[in-house]
Amino acid sequence: MAEITLVEAVAMAQARAMQDDPSVLVLGEDVGKDGGVFRATDGLLARFGPERVRDTPLAEGLIAGMSVGLAAQGFRPVAEIQFMGFVYPAVDQIVNHASRLRNRTRGRLSCPMVLRMPTGTGIKAPEHHSESMEAMFAHMPGLRVVIPSSPSKAYGLLLAAIRDPDPVIFLEPTRIYRAVREEVEDDGEAAELDRCFILREGTDITLITWGAMTRETLAAADTLAEDGIHAEVIDVATIKPLDEETILRSVGKTGRCVIVHEAALTGGFGGEIAARLADKGLLSLTAPVRRVAGWDTVMPLPRMEDLYLPSVARILKAARETVNYQ
Amino acid sequence: MRAESDISPPELDPNRYWPVLRYLDKAGIAIAPIPQDLDDRDLLASLYRAMVLTRTFDQKAVSLQRTGRLGTYASSLGQEAVSVGVGASMHKDDVLLPAFRDHGTMLWRGVTMVEILQYWSGDERGCDFAGPREDFPVAIPVASQAPHAVGVAMAFQLRKEPRVAVCILGDGATSKGDFYEAINACGVWNLPAVFVINNNQWAISEPTRMQTAAPTLAQKAVAAGISGSRVDGNDVIAVHDAVSRAIDEARQGRPQLVEALTYRLGDHTTADDARRYRDDAEVSARWQEEPILRLRNYLVGRGWWTKADEEALIKEIRAQVDAAVEDYLAMPPQEPTAMFDHLYETLPQALSEQRRMVEDGDG
Repeated sequence: MAEITLVEAVAMAQARAMQDDPSVLVLGEDVGKDGGVFRATDGLLARFGPERVRDTPLAEGLIAGMSVGLAAQGFRPVAEIQFMGFVYPAVDQIVNHASRLRNRTRGRLSCPMVLRMPTGTGIKAPEHHSESMEAMFAHMPGLRVVIPSSPSKAYGLLLAAIRDPDPVIFLEPTRIYRAVREEVEDDGEAAELDRCFILREGTDITLITWGAMTRETLAAADTLAEDGIHAEVIDVATIKPLDEETILRSVGKTGRCVIVHEAALTGGFGGEIAARLADKGLLSLTAPVRRVAGWDTVMPLPRMEDLYLPSVARILKAARETVNYQ
Repeated sequence: MRAESDISPPELDPNRYWPVLRYLDKAGIAIAPIPQDLDDRDLLASLYRAMVLTRTFDQKAVSLQRTGRLGTYASSLGQEAVSVGVGASMHKDDVLLPAFRDHGTMLWRGVTMVEILQYWSGDERGCDFAGPREDFPVAIPVASQAPHAVGVAMAFQLRKEPRVAVCILGDGATSKGDFYEAINACGVWNLPAVFVINNNQWAISEPTRMQTAAPTLAQKAVAAGISGSRVDGNDVIAVHDAVSRAIDEARQGRPQLVEALTYRLGDHTTADDARRYRDDAEVSARWQEEPILRLRNYLVGRGWWTKADEEALIKEIRAQVDAAVEDYLAMPPQEPTAMFDHLYETLPQALSEQRRMVEDGDG
């Protein structure tokens, strides 16, 4: 079994899905010969041909909108948006059509499509290439919003997303596209959607995060352990619908919680998790819930992106203050 | 001599490059030889019937809205020939992607009056068509249905099915990127799709000249590398002919754009008052060109339509519309929890609590 990167796992999952199900199509800008600007569709054109692996004109609204048409006709389009900063023209199609086609036709038509796109900062890319807008999609009823945190999760969750009968926004953290290698077996096994994963068990504090920030959060948990603080680390994975039970159970045990995300603080998905804890877990809390997030600034250009990204030090500071809260 | 900086668009004569196909003048006199297969009493009577049904239904829907028994409604008054002509040109297994004013097309294809009323009353069940199961529901965000037509047409192409995606848009829709992105993509992939522009001259309060400096909307096809044509949208025979030919072409993998020139005789919707921005005199003049009287005059002139035919038709259609209204008003409302029923194929666990709150009347 080979060790592969997250982006290779994304390609492997698409190849597996296309092999298993002839209704799966891949489309987007440069997904064919070029194999995608990040190579997330590498090898698919050679293997499955230009009918099923389709380079589209440079038009994100078209990519999302034609996916709605294909999905309503029984295909399972897996469409790539090149960077999250370019998804906005497609948002009209996602919120006005993809997310509600099943509902507004009372189930007559449905929209089993996946819209994949890179998310987040950390690769010194040009302007508009580094945003994290998962909370925007999480606010739209009728969608699933999924963010993998490792090659094996990327493989399993993407397979699950492609097989899901409803639209899924699949956000791939660019910062960890190639940062780690992991053994991933191409066994066609999907991971479970709509649930959080506990990456590390602990008793003193719950650190909740997703995507690329799992790395800094796990590193912070390692450091805390050296001080005798045992942190439980939760990878939310499916932002929407949210697996509230796993979060409440963990915080019920630890009584303390820090939420970590790369997206800007205000309106970020951490606010939703904090609200759920206030609603349903208040009495188990022994300290206020803290959030460590990106600043409420415009995403800085690459020379300052490291200052934007929540650091291990910021996570540690918040975690220690939470643990020491009297 | 022209200064170098004075680069004007080429002055193409629209009537030369995009002539308007027309068989009947506004009085219903044939001004060009009508193709034999179209000059058929039964066919023309069925088109006439469908246009009268559409107008009668529209009038009833507006009166239901005025009396508080229907939500905001978009009448197709004056545009019945476009609507019915498109419907009559499609094969049963083609797929329609309508805008929100295409009741005549939808009715022709088997969407029921009850379903249309349900939708405009604010009930999702009105989009669960019992008839054309693959047709799209109306698209309220203007032009947003155009990219769907690309996907539907691509599905037909991939499955090698001889079917066509037929998308209807308004003149305002041609200002939007969705429209251009869609026709452009259809050109790239030779997709079996037809885009019919119902150019009723007005996008709410903005006349077509405020949408574009192009003298025709059909010529927008040129930039997409597909064929464009114009037709008199108040001549149902011409619409049927032009759209049928466009659909035949599209079925061979040659996507088409058809601009149908008509006029919105009514308000934009029941929430609009067109007198705020449009002269009555303009509207009165346009009533002289309306499509139903035009076809009736032709039918009468051919000896194919009598006063008795007309009276019988009006009576039959009124009864049909009244019966539909009765069925519509008798429909029980959806259960409150219905808003959760089709959100996802299976309601996620995370939403079960909210559903329970609605069930308990805790909303």
